[in-house]
Amino acid sequence: MLYREAGDFKTSYASDNQTFPIRGDRMAYWAVLAVAFLVVPFVLGDYWANAVVIPFLIYVIAALGLNLLIGYTGLLSLGTAAFMAVGAYATYKLTTAFPGMNIYLVFLLSGVVTAAVGVLFGLPSLKIKGFYLAVATLAAQFFLIWLFTRVEWFYNHSPTGQIAMPERSMFGITITGAAASSTAVYMTCLIFVVVMAWLARNLTRGTLGRTWMAIRDMDIAAEIIGVNPLIAKLSAFAVSSFFVGVAGALMFGVYLGAAEAGEAFSINKSFLVLFMVIIGGLGSILGSFLGAAFLVVLPVLLKLLLVDGFGWPADLARHLEVMIIGALIIVVLIAEPHGMAALWRTMKEKLRLWPFPH
Amino acid sequence: MKMTHVAAAFAASLAVAAPAVAQDLHFPMLSYRTGPYAPGGIPFADGYHDYLTLLNERDGGIGGVPIRITECETAYNTERGVECYESVRGDNPLVIQPLSTGITYQLIPRVTEDHIPMLTTGYGRTSAMNGNVFHYVFNFPANYWDGASVAINYLLSQNDGSLQGKKIVLVYHNSAYGREPIRTLEILAERLGFEFLPIAVDHPGQEQGSQWLQIRRERPDYVLMWGWGVMNAVAIQEAANIRFPMENFIGIWWSGSENDVIPVGAGANGYTALTFHGIGTDYPVYQDIQQYVVDRGLAAGAGDRIGSAVYSRGVYAAMLAAEAARTAQELAGHGAITPDEMRDGMEHLNITDERLAELGLPGFSAPFQVSCANHGGPGAAMLQRWNAETQSWSLITDWINSDRELIGQLADEDSAAYAAENNIAPQCN
Repeated sequence: MLYREAGDFKTSYASDNQTFPIRGDRMAYWAVLAVAFLVVPFVLGDYWANAVVIPFLIYVIAALGLNLLIGYTGLLSLGTAAFMAVGAYATYKLTTAFPGMNIYLVFLLSGVVTAAVGVLFGLPSLKIKGFYLAVATLAAQFFLIWLFTRVEWFYNHSPTGQIAMPERSMFGITITGAAASSTAVYMTCLIFVVVMAWLARNLTRGTLGRTWMAIRDMDIAAEIIGVNPLIAKLSAFAVSSFFVGVAGALMFGVYLGAAEAGEAFSINKSFLVLFMVIIGGLGSILGSFLGAAFLVVLPVLLKLLLVDGFGWPADLARHLEVMIIGALIIVVLIAEPHGMAALWRTMKEKLRLWPFPH
Repeated sequence: MKMTHVAAAFAASLAVAAPAVAQDLHFPMLSYRTGPYAPGGIPFADGYHDYLTLLNERDGGIGGVPIRITECETAYNTERGVECYESVRGDNPLVIQPLSTGITYQLIPRVTEDHIPMLTTGYGRTSAMNGNVFHYVFNFPANYWDGASVAINYLLSQNDGSLQGKKIVLVYHNSAYGREPIRTLEILAERLGFEFLPIAVDHPGQEQGSQWLQIRRERPDYVLMWGWGVMNAVAIQEAANIRFPMENFIGIWWSGSENDVIPVGAGANGYTALTFHGIGTDYPVYQDIQQYVVDRGLAAGAGDRIGSAVYSRGVYAAMLAAEAARTAQELAGHGAITPDEMRDGMEHLNITDERLAELGLPGFSAPFQVSCANHGGPGAAMLQRWNAETQSWSLITDWINSDRELIGQLADEDSAAYAAENNIAPQCN
């Protein structure tokens, strides 16, 4: 009933292969985009933008990046936060070294720098797999953070090791710094999310994504049918790190405004993004969105409900929040080990048949 | 039925309260009662909360206008700090006190943009003492560079005015907070001819074996510590393990609470720490807190930290904020002040010995006066020493001044760089 599929015939290969083959999905997709671009900027308050929506969008990019690596290529990484730090520090160095450079270009270049670093740390993946690779990327986490706190050049010799984002604008609109309006920041993050999600979706549908998935499913078989593991694995690391680097650049540039490698990009953040990917759904673009929403938006909503709604003490609410989120993670993983995206997939199958199941 | 309640409460919470005309004085707290730094965050928050409650209960607020206290949990995490700041920013907050150097760094540009004053008592960005550049940020009465300088001045007095050839190690929390004093100490080392060696401890600092092995090998004459949370107790325990003489081990004021020394037991006897305010409960204000707050069941938290070192600091921070609000009310000529008027009040704050006595805190603080150019206060501190037998701190010095000439010079350099990066025109002159 919700999905009116009767009469929706595919008459060409193009229409059969499109991203959203079901008309209902397609319409929902365009509707979400329209709301996100045309309605939300006008109704979003500062608090909601800065405390909920902007971090959500940034974590979506990071989760997408990690999902490409773990979910699509099967390479486990625990170095996500370090790669985000690479993006953040690249942004800082680029924007302070070239004050006139377009800020969007800075974010993209930061992603490219991170991709290069990611390839470097991805090299061990050619030899080692699974948990052993996770340990190798853990080394990246510790090494990079150590580097960013140790080498003064990375933070322009500031006495505290803090990096702070200077104010930058584009077309006369302030994008970074405290003077940036939340609308400008929201639109910046939204543009990056939409473009990168589109990119991720199409990469995974194309040759590159299929080679990644072949490697994930069985690397020896993939090699036999002609997939070059060197190119597949390193390209996965490059693309994934690019995404994660852009997320780190945005996190530092437009969201936090000031950061410090050891605090803002600690191992906890690596785990946070990893949990987003696992809870959202490995190998699913939608899952990255759902996972980020679950772990970024839900805690804030819980806090609003418990502290502002019920008037409970802030620390009690915080303790409860940790417990509730933890319990929900367990519930989700027991009910649907493949993540929330799989839950949605099942629901959609049911909805397509509703109200007349066979 | 229950769901409707939940939904209604939820909907109510979503409708962000419109900034109504201020009928009260909103003092938000960005506190942390959870997470690895909660042992420091809880007493501070309790002290801050209790003092403001006392003013409400005893005096009916400040200048007849009641105080409204809100608490937001940051867990010492910068992202949560941003969330908390956003949640109070539209609600006419008079002064932000985040009790975290990392969050302070993040909020400096934001509060400047939003015209909300921020007070960082004994932490935060040191160069914010230059009010020419940092209009909305205050860090009186003392900052980290003062702390470093006071510690060195104390050591000078212990060594007949010369530290030539001595070796001093700094054990520091590897964050913006811990790295603050390094440059000052490096310059002092050059000037005074002592050898200086910084040794970093990573968050949260539960594991310090290798650092103390290094210290044991280096055989320093003195060890300074910039630690916070669990790191303090671990460091003091490690120092006790290598039998480092405790009286040569000096912590910054954030490394000088009961939580840091009690776990070490007798081994911590003689451990010395800085403080920029009085200690203990021998002040009349504590009787008032007992009478108006504790006895009425209004004490914040569990109410078991009253009189501890960090609790006193919370009281002190709240007292400074309240006095600034009072000054602001006098300047503005009305009771319900705005954040901008609060800023003016902070800039004209004058803490005198007489006023401290009136407040029930005689001699609790060094007297000082804030000015537009100097947002940093006097920079003086005292040293306190731990007695493990009586389980109490006792002051071993009077106020020791810091080398304000050197610190002013360093702060000018650092703030000039900040002003250039952010296109800030110096304001006071």
